Amino acid sequence: MTRDRSSRVLPVLVTILVSLMLMILPLPESAEPFRPDWLALTLIFWAMQLPRTWGVVTAWLTGIVLDVAQGTLLGQHALALCIVVFLTVRLHLLMRVFPLMQLTATVFALLAVYQFLLFWVNGVAGVSTELIYYWGPVLTGTVIWPFMYMFLSGVRYRSPAGS
Amino acid sequence: MARGTDSSPARIPALGVRVLSLIFLSILLMNLDHRYHHLDAVRKTISAAMYPVRLVVDSPVRLWEWMGDASTSRNELQLENSRLKAERLLTNARLQRLTALEAENARLRALLDARERVRDEIRVAEILSVDANPYEHNVVIGVGSRDGVYDGQAIVDANGVVGQVIETGLMTAQAILISDNDHALPVIVNRNGLRTIARGTGEFNRLDLPFLANNADIQPGDLLVTSGLGGAFPAGYPVAVVSSVNRIPQEAFADVSATPSATLDQVREVMLIWSKPAVDPVEEIEGDD
Repeated sequence: MTRDRSSRVLPVLVTILVSLMLMILPLPESAEPFRPDWLALTLIFWAMQLPRTWGVVTAWLTGIVLDVAQGTLLGQHALALCIVVFLTVRLHLLMRVFPLMQLTATVFALLAVYQFLLFWVNGVAGVSTELIYYWGPVLTGTVIWPFMYMFLSGVRYRSPAGS
Repeated sequence: MARGTDSSPARIPALGVRVLSLIFLSILLMNLDHRYHHLDAVRKTISAAMYPVRLVVDSPVRLWEWMGDASTSRNELQLENSRLKAERLLTNARLQRLTALEAENARLRALLDARERVRDEIRVAEILSVDANPYEHNVVIGVGSRDGVYDGQAIVDANGVVGQVIETGLMTAQAILISDNDHALPVIVNRNGLRTIARGTGEFNRLDLPFLANNADIQPGDLLVTSGLGGAFPAGYPVAVVSSVNRIPQEAFADVSATPSATLDQVREVMLIWSKPAVDPVEEIEGDD
């Protein structure tokens, strides 16, 4: 039983860890505004597929770790991820039956909400940022989502995580 | 079993309560962090746990550099070697003069009854190839409180001031660069001792000197060095070279920009300075009276 459980949990944890690494991977200065929100995308996927196991609490905890990794206000990413994953969990039944195009549009909206929350907190805390940092990740994240979706579905159904 | 429970269409119990309490918790944390800095211990603990992750992210870059080193040809190495030897000769010659000057300075200061300046202790640290906060000019360096690093410690490279430590973890530390929007440091113009503040602009190659009057004696090419007045940076390290002075007649202040001496966007190795405060700034002011 425990072995069964660990083999289900492991792929999810590994994908979350890898996307955390992608979030702090160094990029050239010009590409910096276009780093997709890897962690948000991964968490949206798992919340959509397995909303009971990987929900808001997971998102919040990963958000805290991301806050520490990026040196942002403690709770900033946690808040944004938690709310975005909450919306995903509420909509997960709908999102599962959406065709890929429609799903991608939903993810676009979720990413926009995510960035809005980050920017809002930045504004309250007095960190000024250029607008490209808002739209850059939303756009690249939307473009990458279909590939992420296919890849993570592969991870889910090929590994024992889904069965 | 997981599948059965996971995809059942029934509502997920207590989801709303959970989200609301987590939102509340986040806001509480942000307030505590922003206003009171109570959470340094939490940050340090998680940061220490993040250390292996940071190392993994940093490793491809390091591997690439190592491969570059390993595959340099003998010829190139010889060239580099001879270049370095020539450089060392030159630096040594300069250093000899410096030693003499330092001794002379100490003698003169003794004559003037001023306190002798203590030499700063220096240690080389590496910047991890880890991007910190995208909104700010921060870097992560590979030493932490274990090595004696402390908050507010000055960081320089071979050419000038780089920044200062803002957050010390156990094995890593976060530093703010002088080019960050929120950073300002007290400097003096090396030529005439004019005091002012150099503020970061968010661009790696430009600092702003916002508080210089229109008739201030400053010109392009002037070297700005740390004044040591703020207490964070030891005095006498080069910061930037004035690049443009724009005097606008109807404004009270001149529009002055400077180019940082350190190559802020390319540095890989930096030096941390342990400056023992030779004189307490407050004491010094009192002593002057």
